[in-house]
Amino acid sequence: MNIVTFKSDFIKPVILGAIIFAALAFLPSLVDSYYMSLAISITSFAILATAWAMFSGPTRYISLATVVFFGIGAYTVAVLGEILPFPVVLICAALAGTVLALLVGFSTLRLAGVYFVIFTFGLTELVRQVVSWYEVNVTRELGRYIFLDITQDDIYWQLLTLLAVLLLTGFILGRSRLGFALRIIGEDETVAKHCGINVTRVKVALFVLSAVFMTLTGAIMAPRWTYIDPVIAFNPMLSFQVVIMALLGGPRRLLGPILGVIPLTLLFEVLTANFPNHFSIMLGVTFMVIVYLLPGGVIGLYEKYGGPNKPSHPNGPPTTKEKTA
Amino acid sequence: MQISSRLRIATLAAATTALIGTALLGAQAQAQDTYRIGYAISKTGPGAPGANTSTIPNYEMWVKEVNDAGGLKVGDKMIPIEVVEYDDRSSSEEAVRAIERLINQDKVDFILSPWGTGLNLAVAPILDRAGYAHLAGTAVSDKAPQLSKRWKNSYWLLGTGSQYANELATFLDQLKSDGKINNKVAMIAVADGFGIELSNAGRKALEKHDFELVYDKTYPLGSQDLATIVNEIKSLGADTFVAFSYPPGTLGLTEQARVLNFNPKIFYAGVGTAFPLYKDRFGADAEGVVSLGGASETDPKIADYIKRHIAFAGREPDRWASIVNWASLQSLQQAIERAGSTDRDAINAELAKGGFDTILGSYKPGDQNFWQVGQWQDGKFVGIAPTSMDGAQALIFPKPDWKGAQ
Repeated sequence: MNIVTFKSDFIKPVILGAIIFAALAFLPSLVDSYYMSLAISITSFAILATAWAMFSGPTRYISLATVVFFGIGAYTVAVLGEILPFPVVLICAALAGTVLALLVGFSTLRLAGVYFVIFTFGLTELVRQVVSWYEVNVTRELGRYIFLDITQDDIYWQLLTLLAVLLLTGFILGRSRLGFALRIIGEDETVAKHCGINVTRVKVALFVLSAVFMTLTGAIMAPRWTYIDPVIAFNPMLSFQVVIMALLGGPRRLLGPILGVIPLTLLFEVLTANFPNHFSIMLGVTFMVIVYLLPGGVIGLYEKYGGPNKPSHPNGPPTTKEKTA
Repeated sequence: MQISSRLRIATLAAATTALIGTALLGAQAQAQDTYRIGYAISKTGPGAPGANTSTIPNYEMWVKEVNDAGGLKVGDKMIPIEVVEYDDRSSSEEAVRAIERLINQDKVDFILSPWGTGLNLAVAPILDRAGYAHLAGTAVSDKAPQLSKRWKNSYWLLGTGSQYANELATFLDQLKSDGKINNKVAMIAVADGFGIELSNAGRKALEKHDFELVYDKTYPLGSQDLATIVNEIKSLGADTFVAFSYPPGTLGLTEQARVLNFNPKIFYAGVGTAFPLYKDRFGADAEGVVSLGGASETDPKIADYIKRHIAFAGREPDRWASIVNWASLQSLQQAIERAGSTDRDAINAELAKGGFDTILGSYKPGDQNFWQVGQWQDGKFVGIAPTSMDGAQALIFPKPDWKGAQ
């Protein structure tokens, strides 16, 4: 590969992305607040699913801890929101997410496969109980109020910026030594060790990176709810939704998760609006139909019929094994 | 069976188009031959049992009664109600989205409140911004007075947690100075918003009245092991037992107290005591149990409401939030009639004036003119405090022995 093609390979998508994001930034002046709330939903899930896939795609560690970081972010805003200016609160949230992810990462990323899944699921309950215990016994107030004058449009722009940063990070990562190391770990951890990769450190680094984005999403979303308590902030449904969306899209490509987020968010919207009494049943039926018609995820469809045979993106194609796992 | 790839793509394309079409077009606003009322409520998730008890039956029954009578009287026209309802799945984010949809997509004329403190707080700023009144029927918050200032058209119908605790403490203080009970109180609370808020207020109020809290702990929501707590409390010699509990704990504690024959002179249990299912479960043993809420069943309006509720929903209403919710719906109906138009601002202005004729008597949304302390007496959950209120019943004292435990 010579320098010129590498450059154009790098610059073109970045410019294209910048144009798309610049255009999306004008959305609030075009649509009413209902569509804005839909756009916020899509953008926040896009961040969560992409951040999830950033770690779980290459390493194949299925994490159910998304909501832990999301909730920590929301709580940071609830605790500090009225004391510090919002940008400082966001920095604190990112720090809180980093510390927690480091703790969790170093203690658990040696676990493999199903043990990791179960641990991350248990972590949600653990953090929720710890926060509850603290609020009940120390502050003696279970709910917290968030009275911040942050409009829906502000939230949208913040999320959009975060998504742009995340995609850029993922894009650079895919071309970096760290990303390469990750893919080797995902293929075979023993081989990676023999190549001289510090397996644990690489995994923890990526886990932290992914967690920071999840934490920031929670922090940005929190002012929308006015009131949070541990049950609202640490709702395990969110973790599952993120996994389903990322898997539907295709977790091993940078843009894959977003392809899952958009149809599924619209689907949730249609089901909620039209079948208020049968939401869960309709959702189950739809998932069965999706799995039946789309075993390879949305991106699998693209690769099969529309895209180039060889993946141009170094994250590699999604495997059928992943979808059925 | 093999599905050809073309069929697969065609199906997907059709499904996606249909999906986007439905999502984007949605329901469009219609001409004003109906009054459109929207609500998003917890039909599923942790909030569903509460919503199904205190809120949903009242909304449905009110709409049915109004429409059976020909509709709302607006000027000289009768306008039937049309309902747009969603399930918020007990999630704040879903509730926020559903309210945005009701306002911007469905363009409803009025929005009824969701269930629970958290969700009511989540939707309050949106309703305020869009100029909708907010009759928060099932939120208990010590910030209620500030909240109604913050959002001008919001009404926090169940008031603050402190008011229930303060009223109880005052009532107990009277019994103490009459020499009927000792100064020892055993208090437990569920480790959830409601329990924490009330136990905080209760602790302060009881200590102010020189009660000694011989037991003051919380139990986790969903805890099954309440026998240990009851056993421990039984040996402490408190004449008064106060549990700021949620329905599962309320039932569990009563059951354990009955099994272990723990029979304090005052047995106060939390949310769920005033539910009809409490009487169904414990029968004669419900007699003498004290809780928050209450109803003057001798009042013909209340008695009639309970009768209609049974006929409509097949079960009795609870004796606390249901009654307040019903009074707020009656107020809304009269506000629309008084405004003589479906103009939102005109209706909001009427709501703020108050003076509605409801099952709580003359009522303005947000008035706390309902029972703060009630007691099961002869199969009815009657109001006993504030003692200054009309129809206040005398307390059955001491609590009769458990019959089931013998």
